Amino acid sequence: MQEMVDVYFYGKKYSVPAELTIMTAMEYAGYTLKRGCGCRHGFCGACATIYRIKGKNELMTGLACQTQVVEGMYIASIPFFPSDKRTYDIEQIKPTEQIMMELYPEIYSCIGCNACTNACAQDLDVMQYIAYAQRGEYEKCAEESFDCIGCGCCMTRCPAGITHPMVGLLARRLTGKYIAPETEHLKKRVEEVRNGAYDELIEQIMCKPMTEMKELYNTREIEK
Amino acid sequence: MFTADMLESIKKVEATRAQRMKTEPRRMAAEEKDTLLKAYHPDYRTKGFTEIGIGPNKGEKVPTELGHLLHSNSRLLGKDINLGKVDYDVDVLVIGGGGAGASAAIEAHEAGADVMIVTKLRIGDANTMMAEGGIQAADKENDSPVQHYLDAFGGGHFAAKPELLRRLVMEAPDAIRWLNQLGVMFDKDEEGNMVTTHGGGTSRKRMHACKDYSGAEIMRTLRDEVINREIPVAEFTSAVELLKDEHGQAAGAVLLNMETDDYLVARARTVIIATGGAGRLHYQDFPTSNHYGATADGLILGYRAGTPLLYQDTIQYHPTGVAYPSQIFGALVTEKVRSLGAMLVNADGEAFMHPLETRDVAAASIIRECSDRKKGVETPLGSGVWLDTPMIELLGGKGTIEKRIPAMLRMYMNYEIDMRKQPILIYPTLHYQNGGLEIEKDGSTKEISNLLVAGEAVGGIHGKNRLMGNSLLDIIVFGRNAGKAAAAKAKETKIGTLNLNHVVEYADELKAAGINSEDVSPLLLPNYTRHER
Repeated sequence: MQEMVDVYFYGKKYSVPAELTIMTAMEYAGYTLKRGCGCRHGFCGACATIYRIKGKNELMTGLACQTQVVEGMYIASIPFFPSDKRTYDIEQIKPTEQIMMELYPEIYSCIGCNACTNACAQDLDVMQYIAYAQRGEYEKCAEESFDCIGCGCCMTRCPAGITHPMVGLLARRLTGKYIAPETEHLKKRVEEVRNGAYDELIEQIMCKPMTEMKELYNTREIEK
Repeated sequence: MFTADMLESIKKVEATRAQRMKTEPRRMAAEEKDTLLKAYHPDYRTKGFTEIGIGPNKGEKVPTELGHLLHSNSRLLGKDINLGKVDYDVDVLVIGGGGAGASAAIEAHEAGADVMIVTKLRIGDANTMMAEGGIQAADKENDSPVQHYLDAFGGGHFAAKPELLRRLVMEAPDAIRWLNQLGVMFDKDEEGNMVTTHGGGTSRKRMHACKDYSGAEIMRTLRDEVINREIPVAEFTSAVELLKDEHGQAAGAVLLNMETDDYLVARARTVIIATGGAGRLHYQDFPTSNHYGATADGLILGYRAGTPLLYQDTIQYHPTGVAYPSQIFGALVTEKVRSLGAMLVNADGEAFMHPLETRDVAAASIIRECSDRKKGVETPLGSGVWLDTPMIELLGGKGTIEKRIPAMLRMYMNYEIDMRKQPILIYPTLHYQNGGLEIEKDGSTKEISNLLVAGEAVGGIHGKNRLMGNSLLDIIVFGRNAGKAAAAKAKETKIGTLNLNHVVEYADELKAAGINSEDVSPLLLPNYTRHER
């Protein structure tokens, strides 16, 4: 006999198999998901969910697709949250301390409650990466926020109204474009291709008879 | 978290580890691979396929589930949609909000076109977001676009369209540079050199990565750029049919608001189909690594309008999908796990193949191990083989897994499996459609002017099997190209009166062929809902 648990979707009770995730349990209960369902594998942040287990006070957050149901779970999905992304021209901005102050000044209103970190579905130290952003340490902010999937659980709990995922994203774009060292071998290859260095060689290989192509492929040397 | 039987088998894996690490398993010879594929690859199971009854590919083989959708009816048959009331009027209409669609929109916008994106879920809800391992480009000293061409052409069974593959490899370095300049954080060393690895079937280490969030890092950057440019995005709005004008040109699409069920009309001078893959059709009952929305919608729209398919019968099963635990069954375990050194090992602790064969060969080999050879490990939902992840820490040093594949570590830790200390159980999962709508080298379709296709919805770039890292590459290269080409074409295009005649003609053809379906297509969303009564 399959083990079943009682859970509550938006307060309504359903009996579902204990092995299911919140997402598959909703489908088992009869829901057809449009919002609140995305990649189903923990990469897209579409299924942010808030829940509380009966008899426990703590308010929990997580991804519906990655969280297994437990007895007495009271569940509400957060399919959309009004975030506040600021727009900018990546070519015009520079990785100065100023830019964060201009675009996301509310990060300086952080009261250090750590609710964002506690809410993070990816177990990131969200408050720490916001602190790095405040100090203009974008590389550290980028590294610390790298695994953010933008589910927004942090935002829902922030008393200062910070849109944390967008702060991390700005820091990563600044790091990727301006702070990380330029790749010389890439620059060089792009220029070589542009100057036609490979035109003749590629034409040649495209015209080779199939038997020759197979021979070339099957005997090609593989880098160790 | 593993069962007692699994723990017993792990002991065998551990017992052979030191010995295995001293030798590299041999690679298979060409004939050996052919025989293996014919015997074990799902593409060769005839019962998984049906014949297309009408249209440009009439008489050809197609996966049964896709064939059913091709033979199903338009939602709009018998509906009176007022095409005179235009809700959106743009130069370029991009259908799909994944990596290809976003790249196309950015380039069309850059070229000065009035462009918009429609997507049935949210922008970024796409297979791009889930790509983990990396993106290929021949940008190192010992490598060249020609070498990249050879790897991809051979890996795809010499079936790629040469002019498309040429574009893919020649524009790869520029694609990486473009992404880097948008702010994508590639893994680099202190001097700025890209940290690159092998993928299955590559002869040079040309896999660029952003940890194992490569696709996510690319997608969130592209999405941010689309928003920064204020390109309009209509989310939860799916295209349900293409529109043409009296000259037979593509001229827009009929859209469906997924939440209110209202229809909308978008008129456009050029249309780009960038709707992605089909994993959620669950061919041959395989689980899938794909996004919720991967239901082949663009293939249905394009085919109904008269665009032929190419290689629609070749599907990629990623060799390493999660076999256990069942909560994440079918989820992708990135090929990078093998790039970093983990071996494929059977229930008896034997390395039964070289870990870096191409995906089709690896998948077939795992299926053989779990079926005829009976060397799989039993799981609640079937069986699987071991991917010996602790080897990565032994080869690369302690901390390598956390640094290079943090998403994998996190995914398994949720179920109390520490892949640094214990191997993981995997089995092939439905991952990618190698085939799709046929395009010319500029991304346009030959049959319908002003209609372009980009991304996974295209067939022919990779031939009959795709190498790791060439899909993230193709969505960028062909997405950018489609955006530029669509913007240029829009400038010289005048649209006439919108019509849906091709939909009626297609229905007549189905009827004449004696094909009757009760269902409608495109599918839009898979049906996972259980109803007790």
